[in-house]
Amino acid sequence: MSDEPGTLTPWDNLRRYTDARIAQGRVGTSVPTAELLKFQQAHALARDAVHAEADFSALSQSGLGQYAALHVRSRAAHRSEYLRRPDLGRRLHPDSARLLQAARTDPPPDVLMMVSDGLSALSVRQAQPLLDVLLPGLLALGLNTAPLLLATQARVALADEAAVILGARLVIHLIGERPGLSSPDSLGAYLTYQPTMQTLDSARNCVSNIRPAGLDAGTAARRLLYLAAEALRRGLSGVDLKDESAGPNTVLNPTTP
Amino acid sequence: MYHTTLGQTHFSFADLRDLLAKASVLKSGDELAGLAASSAAEREAARCCLAGLPLNLFLSELLIPYETDEVTRLIVDSHDAAAFVPVSGLSVGAFRDWLLSDMASPAALSALSSGLTPEMVAAVCKLMRNQDLVLVARKCQVVTRFRNTIGLRGHFSTRLQPNHPTDDRRGILASTLDGLMFGAGDAVIGVNPALDSVDACTGLLHMLDELRQSLNIPTQSCVLTHVTNTIACIERGAPVDLVFQSVAGTQGANAGFGIDLSLLDEAHAAAQSLQRGAVFPDGRRGQNVMYFETGQGSALSSGAHCGVDQQTMEARAYAVARRYQPLLVNTVVGFIGPEYLYDGKQIIRAGLEDHFCGKLLGLPMGCDVCYTNHAEADSDDMDVLLTMLGAAGANFIMGVPGADDIMLNYQSTSFHDAWYVRKVFGRPPAPEFAAWLEGVGLTSGGELQLPFAGLLRERLLELGR
Repeated sequence: MSDEPGTLTPWDNLRRYTDARIAQGRVGTSVPTAELLKFQQAHALARDAVHAEADFSALSQSGLGQYAALHVRSRAAHRSEYLRRPDLGRRLHPDSARLLQAARTDPPPDVLMMVSDGLSALSVRQAQPLLDVLLPGLLALGLNTAPLLLATQARVALADEAAVILGARLVIHLIGERPGLSSPDSLGAYLTYQPTMQTLDSARNCVSNIRPAGLDAGTAARRLLYLAAEALRRGLSGVDLKDESAGPNTVLNPTTP
Repeated sequence: MYHTTLGQTHFSFADLRDLLAKASVLKSGDELAGLAASSAAEREAARCCLAGLPLNLFLSELLIPYETDEVTRLIVDSHDAAAFVPVSGLSVGAFRDWLLSDMASPAALSALSSGLTPEMVAAVCKLMRNQDLVLVARKCQVVTRFRNTIGLRGHFSTRLQPNHPTDDRRGILASTLDGLMFGAGDAVIGVNPALDSVDACTGLLHMLDELRQSLNIPTQSCVLTHVTNTIACIERGAPVDLVFQSVAGTQGANAGFGIDLSLLDEAHAAAQSLQRGAVFPDGRRGQNVMYFETGQGSALSSGAHCGVDQQTMEARAYAVARRYQPLLVNTVVGFIGPEYLYDGKQIIRAGLEDHFCGKLLGLPMGCDVCYTNHAEADSDDMDVLLTMLGAAGANFIMGVPGADDIMLNYQSTSFHDAWYVRKVFGRPPAPEFAAWLEGVGLTSGGELQLPFAGLLRERLLELGR
């Protein structure tokens, strides 16, 4: 047996099945230097992703076609306040609340969609391919949608207040998930039927880890369309709405922003 | 109303909840809730006041009303007055002294646990330094059994956590084999599913059970899905060893998790009825079938903390766990994020508090020594907590390939980290599992080896082809 660290874990061919840090080798029983440095570099990148700002320009300029978009923000003034005060991230800034009050329609929309930075502003890049399937899909279900809301310093429940103002029956919130070491740009989708300001997390359905190396946008969109149709048909969402299409239906995903 | 004077300054505290919150070590979650002491002096005043209160006050002055909260009812109705007798006349401060004294032997602490309420334990915790939390917890031994024996003094177990972002079976299997080759997985081989449907969970349960049986591993498996999914899996005949659930310290916070005690009762009975645990040499079957996870801040995050500080609320969650004699209770300490535990110092403190409170209440405590990328913490902080929990006798930690959970997006402890604890403290895995490791050649004399033959190696080669 050689003393090379990697030769003590000679199953690196299994890495083709997972991005997990398997077959790292060992020095004694500790992590070899090369792997230690890789880990610390990844942590540095994720730290930087948390503090980046969302760039909605591609989405709002070219990506939406016939669909209108509105920019809104939460009551958290900046990133460090956002991180310490999730309560502020769940409430619309008064300016944004007024903007939405002015955008009310009669009849109200069936579905409201929000795209937001959450804990990883980089993840909004996953929203475009998702919306490309989702928006026409909702239309095909005969549902009318409110203008797309693009939100900053947002927590999941920020979309609840927006839905209450606009009178939407269903809200789908696409929000940046907590960055991981190998996935700084993962998007989560939270679907809630008739949200109120008191909605519990158990009343939401979540489709998580939407990114090219995770759940692809097309599959995620189809799951959401299934859940949207079922939620509206049965008049509920959350733990009582199981995704029997064998799709992602993570109730209370612990990485909830 | 409680009053005290510190130097020239007079302090008053509105009620017992206020006093407990202000006596707590500084945490961002208590600040977020508006409960924290507004100055260091006020915190020390609260501690002085708390130290003088009689321990039995917590039996009469309830933090959350009996009438409106089923967790309070559970705490009050299950209190064992006879077991409480040895400390019933003490103040909170004198209780700390008693715990640190030689009177608090391992046997005395074990006998006392059913006489303590979460609020008593939380109160004394607030008067203790980190080293006190280690020293007292070290004296508590809580042993549980399913297919092996976890929590024996001098032993140390790991949950193998082979998560994959899309539940790819070969991906999960690859991480599982990686962990087994490092000798991890005696607490449980437990997957957090990304795809949370009953079908997906049933598929994973079959895969893990087949692997366990083919390699004859003396351990248990678990898919960490919502309890209602696990009940549905049991109804479909899936091989369920353990029922997983996140639990919290109030009825409202549990409602946020979509559970109540009657649902947990149902799941507990269903899992026990399967009788899948091993029969041990004493003729008894391993029937500790529950795996609970908790963490400071979860009640506040669902808006159901009822004005109680997060460390006391966490201890109340242990009353829920205690009802079901769980195999494993895991405080996922740094997972919740910086709004509850801001930095490494707060995470380390909370991990030690939770382990201490759980052990004193008679629970088989382990800890997910972990942090997220939006917290002010790093792996050096985790090394400190890991070392202190190793000294405190924690039953188990997580084992994640390279400490990086690629599904849940946070950093936990690695298989290498577990070996660090084994080497520093001389603590081998659960005895049945340690014997299995020797038998398949993964260890020799307790030292990690690379087996060149055998079933495990064959499975590696098979998957690698």
